[in-house]
Amino acid sequence: MSDTLIMTGRSVRLSRRNVDALIMAMALPVMLLLIFVYFFGGAINTGTEYVTYVVPGVLLLCAGFGSASTAVAVTEDLKGGVIDRFRSLDIGGTPILAGHVLASTARNLIATALVFALAFAIGFRPSAGPGGWLAAIGLLVAYIAALSWLSATVGLLVKSPEAAGGFTFFVSFLPYPSSAFVPTDTMPSWLQGFAAHQPVTHVIEAVRGLLLGQPVGSTGWVALAWCTGILAASVAASGALFKRRTA
Amino acid sequence: MPDAPAIEATGLRKTYGKVEVLRGLDLAVPRGTVHALLGPNGAGKTTTVRILATLTEADAGSARVAGHDLRTERARARRAISLTGQFAALDEMQTGAENLRMMARLTRTHGGARTSRAAARTRAAELLDRFDLADAADRLVRTYSGGMRRRLDLAASLVGQPEVIFLDEPTAGLDPRSRQELWSVVRELSARGTTVFLTTQYLEEADRLADRIAVLHGGELVAEGTSEELKRRVAGQRLDVVLTDPAAYLRLVSQAVYSEPETRTLGFLTDGGAPQVRALLDALDPDGTVIERFSLHTATLDDVFLTLTKPAHQEPSHV
Repeated sequence: MSDTLIMTGRSVRLSRRNVDALIMAMALPVMLLLIFVYFFGGAINTGTEYVTYVVPGVLLLCAGFGSASTAVAVTEDLKGGVIDRFRSLDIGGTPILAGHVLASTARNLIATALVFALAFAIGFRPSAGPGGWLAAIGLLVAYIAALSWLSATVGLLVKSPEAAGGFTFFVSFLPYPSSAFVPTDTMPSWLQGFAAHQPVTHVIEAVRGLLLGQPVGSTGWVALAWCTGILAASVAASGALFKRRTA
Repeated sequence: MPDAPAIEATGLRKTYGKVEVLRGLDLAVPRGTVHALLGPNGAGKTTTVRILATLTEADAGSARVAGHDLRTERARARRAISLTGQFAALDEMQTGAENLRMMARLTRTHGGARTSRAAARTRAAELLDRFDLADAADRLVRTYSGGMRRRLDLAASLVGQPEVIFLDEPTAGLDPRSRQELWSVVRELSARGTTVFLTTQYLEEADRLADRIAVLHGGELVAEGTSEELKRRVAGQRLDVVLTDPAAYLRLVSQAVYSEPETRTLGFLTDGGAPQVRALLDALDPDGTVIERFSLHTATLDDVFLTLTKPAHQEPSHV
């Protein structure tokens, strides 16, 4: 456990100094929120204030973007000799990857706080009680951790930081065919099936419901199951891949 | 096991795909010595070091490092050794001090206990001083020169006070001054009783630093001994001949251990005695028409190396 803490400290220091990526990770959520609310929001009818509808979507979109940089961090590690040094100190793959994932989670939570602050300033009025807030934040953390570990796994699969960057593209687009920005029933029917069942939709619906104080029913559990499932599969796959890549 | 040799390996084999990188390697390195593994690119040097440093598993054979079996006592072996590879094992975006403190905190003592934050800080400061990096301690490694980086890398590998230290081509790509500095660090380590096992392509490096040299070629040891023994083993002298025309040069170049096309000079090994030199000259130039001049030198380690690692079936060059 304390190896993980030391490695988290390392990853936090490294991300703090990657100023370009950090500015991007903070500026993108802010810009996206403003773009969706002021550029597109007026044309979209969701039955509620659009800012209130769209905040969970923006949060998840940015969580995807922010988590994906874990892939780049992992490939950078593999490119140099530092992993060999950790291994010769008897540090396994899990603490190294967990360090990156925890640092990514911390980074993303700062971006999330930024989005909430701005959203409040431009009219976001959730009606959740303390329990709802806690559950929503908890679900966001689970989503961020799952995507970060998935992206660490991708980082072990690809050969270059450039290829790892491609994953950013994939996860940043995943929220579009979902209920993140528009209700899914406005989409063509062949897309509705995918949009209604993909994990991002469940997480968004659950977070939105929790923040608005609406009953979320089973959606919350389904969302949590997706997150823990992705996390567990990623932890297992990354363990095996780490051994293969470093042998 | 304090009296066990620092490194003992028997029959190490490793294959990557269809390429046999190591074909039954035996090594024995006494404690407190500097041992050089010398060989051309692709000889299997890095693979050997990675196996001995527990990072890669051999397909066959067994090895003990600092008395610990690499298969059954891997964790113990890891606490007794360290490796400095060809790529600096450092975080560019951390400072020198942060890198060392982190490595120190991840290090366990020989008993398996963890290093405290305070102890790690002390150890890092000590090493920065010793490697003349105290002034650069709070700068990001990214701003370091090649020589500073290599020194920090070496410092990082010493946080746990290893008994055996592996250096994989420690001076590759360094300028002459940084190379000298690194050599003095290796000598100092050895003087403190640490066993140093290094790989190198540079004969001069092996000659200057190592108590014993093992020459690795095509995954096998082709010679082993002190540099004096190796020099004696091949031949004492080298006969250099200057040839009259390029055709003669091309005809004889495949037999030579040394060649210099610009001056049409070729070198051949001999014991230096008159009968052998005369016989050699006759064999090279039966008609007495192609050799313009000749001179005799003491063979260098380069000549030894080239003789030992010459491809087995070298085709004579045709034009």
